[in-house]
Amino acid sequence: MAETESKDMKVVYERPHSLLPVVTNFCPGCPHGIVERLICETMDELGIEGETIGVAPVGCAVISYDFFGCDMIEAAHGRAPAVATAVKRVHPDKVVFSYQGDGDLASIGMAETIHAATRGENITVIFINNAIYGMTGGQMAPTSLPNQVTQTSPYGRDVATAGNPIRVSELLNALDGPAYIERVTVDSPKNVRKAKKAIKKAFQNQIDGVGYSFIEVVSTCPTNWGMTPQAAFAWMRENMLPYYPLGVVRDVVADGFANAAEAASARNAACPIAHPEKAEEGEAK
Amino acid sequence: MAQKVLMKGNEAMAEAAMRAGCRFFFGYPITPQTEVAAYMAKNMPKVGGTYLQAESEVAAINMVYGAAAAGARVMTSSSSPGISLKSEGISYMAGADLPGVIINVQRGGPGLGSIQPSQADYWQATKATGHGDFQIVVYAPSTVQEMADYAFAAFDTADKYRVPVMIMADGLLGQMMEPVVLPEPKAAGDLPEKPWATCGHGMARPHNVVNSLYLTAEDLDALNRERYERYAVIKENEQEAECYRTEDADIVLVAYGASARIARSAVNAARDAGIKAGLVRPITLWPFPERAVGAQVDGAKAFLVVEMSMGQMVEDVRLVVEGRVPVEFYGRAGGVIPTPDEVLAAIVALNEKVGE
Repeated sequence: MAETESKDMKVVYERPHSLLPVVTNFCPGCPHGIVERLICETMDELGIEGETIGVAPVGCAVISYDFFGCDMIEAAHGRAPAVATAVKRVHPDKVVFSYQGDGDLASIGMAETIHAATRGENITVIFINNAIYGMTGGQMAPTSLPNQVTQTSPYGRDVATAGNPIRVSELLNALDGPAYIERVTVDSPKNVRKAKKAIKKAFQNQIDGVGYSFIEVVSTCPTNWGMTPQAAFAWMRENMLPYYPLGVVRDVVADGFANAAEAASARNAACPIAHPEKAEEGEAK
Repeated sequence: MAQKVLMKGNEAMAEAAMRAGCRFFFGYPITPQTEVAAYMAKNMPKVGGTYLQAESEVAAINMVYGAAAAGARVMTSSSSPGISLKSEGISYMAGADLPGVIINVQRGGPGLGSIQPSQADYWQATKATGHGDFQIVVYAPSTVQEMADYAFAAFDTADKYRVPVMIMADGLLGQMMEPVVLPEPKAAGDLPEKPWATCGHGMARPHNVVNSLYLTAEDLDALNRERYERYAVIKENEQEAECYRTEDADIVLVAYGASARIARSAVNAARDAGIKAGLVRPITLWPFPERAVGAQVDGAKAFLVVEMSMGQMVEDVRLVVEGRVPVEFYGRAGGVIPTPDEVLAAIVALNEKVGE
């Protein structure tokens, strides 16, 4: 049908090629669909669908391997960064990304997350933070806010017993490995455009060898929060964004470095064993 | 003429793996297997391979999963407590039909156990390497030569059937040195094609997916049935065992790995004492060499299973023997290595019991 109509009309919006023509499992109003689309637009624009291997998490995005048109691997819960690390080591010339939620990335997979980041694996990690376990029906996540009511914090998250939420982007910023960390959201056309820019940069960084890039998308879960999509975004803006402020957390290129390795080297400049070339210069004198 | 070299068991397995085309190794330190990792760390860079020290055994096996999905020949090694941690990834590999090689240099257990040699992970390796319906192929070498040979062969078996393969060694075999003739290195071109691998489709084929999730129960039922048909082929084709002095044996010992070496000495001592003893040595623990063990039932008066455990493989021997003759057990646990004299005493006692 598009064929007959296209003579007089210009395509202004269509499904990205790398987004497969399937119905997703996401609930109505869930931002996962927006973010996955942004990743697919990025793959199309960079022309890397055939060169990309994606790693899906355990959680609501578990069957994303049926949505992304690139080669896909489904990882065990939290292990996507370990899986992605190995794929990238086997195929360093290919583009490798993981797509993970907060329970997957910041709870059960925190060790894999931290260590892939500190190794500075040249991969792209897309982190969806909606402060809840969605797939299992709305339990407390490591990023659930203080006093947030969930199925497993029915009286609200009591930080005295359940601990404090984790700001993952800030946590990773303590490491020397990452090249680029930015926190975005997708609650408005303007913020969707900003998120797209960040995601595209995170993939471009990998292609350019800049290093580990991490995009945290502050998101919602209308179903398990028990809100309409609009009310969920309003709650997110009111409560989550003050706790998880948007913006660039690290960008080694903006800081004047070619890549994460150079930036790390500058950070540890005072450590002699990390800079044997300086020691040798000293000896020569 | 192939040259003999003197090597530690752990190092022989590492070198043989590299010669089999393994270029990716993900490890984590744990006694008594650490020489495997150390050898890989030293030698992988020389052949353009990757050694990566993972943050945990869990991460290491999931890296194996990733590298296998990406089409590479890949290995990890650990010792008993670490293998427990790897069971998650081994199950996922089985569920996604991924080939890979896992070395277990067993130590005493349960828990943190001991760092001395043990064979207490037999059940884990052959019955429950992880959750779900699956099997992995398990090789049990008993010499440094076999450690090299089966570490080499494990990659072909893994690729042929798309299954994880385990080398079951123990602290004794891993740490001891023997002369070994190393296998000839495979050329890169000799490695099998893996059209199912996730390595980027280049817009030339539909996307490949490596996955173990099936939300429709009937689909998973069908897939498990298909996988078990493959396991039946493995059971038919891959059983391996060595028979030693079994032709006229009254007392048939069954032992694998390090305890088979001790059992062999005890068999010789028993023969010297006039007792017709023999030894069946399983080389594959899964598939269990039912044919080799079963062939001894008619001529034997009794079986004696010798293990460095409280008695695990003995159950598989009893399943084969089906109560036709007595099956007794002698073992030491916790890292204690039985002596040939102890095993001889068990043979003598059993012979007296069934001799009349």
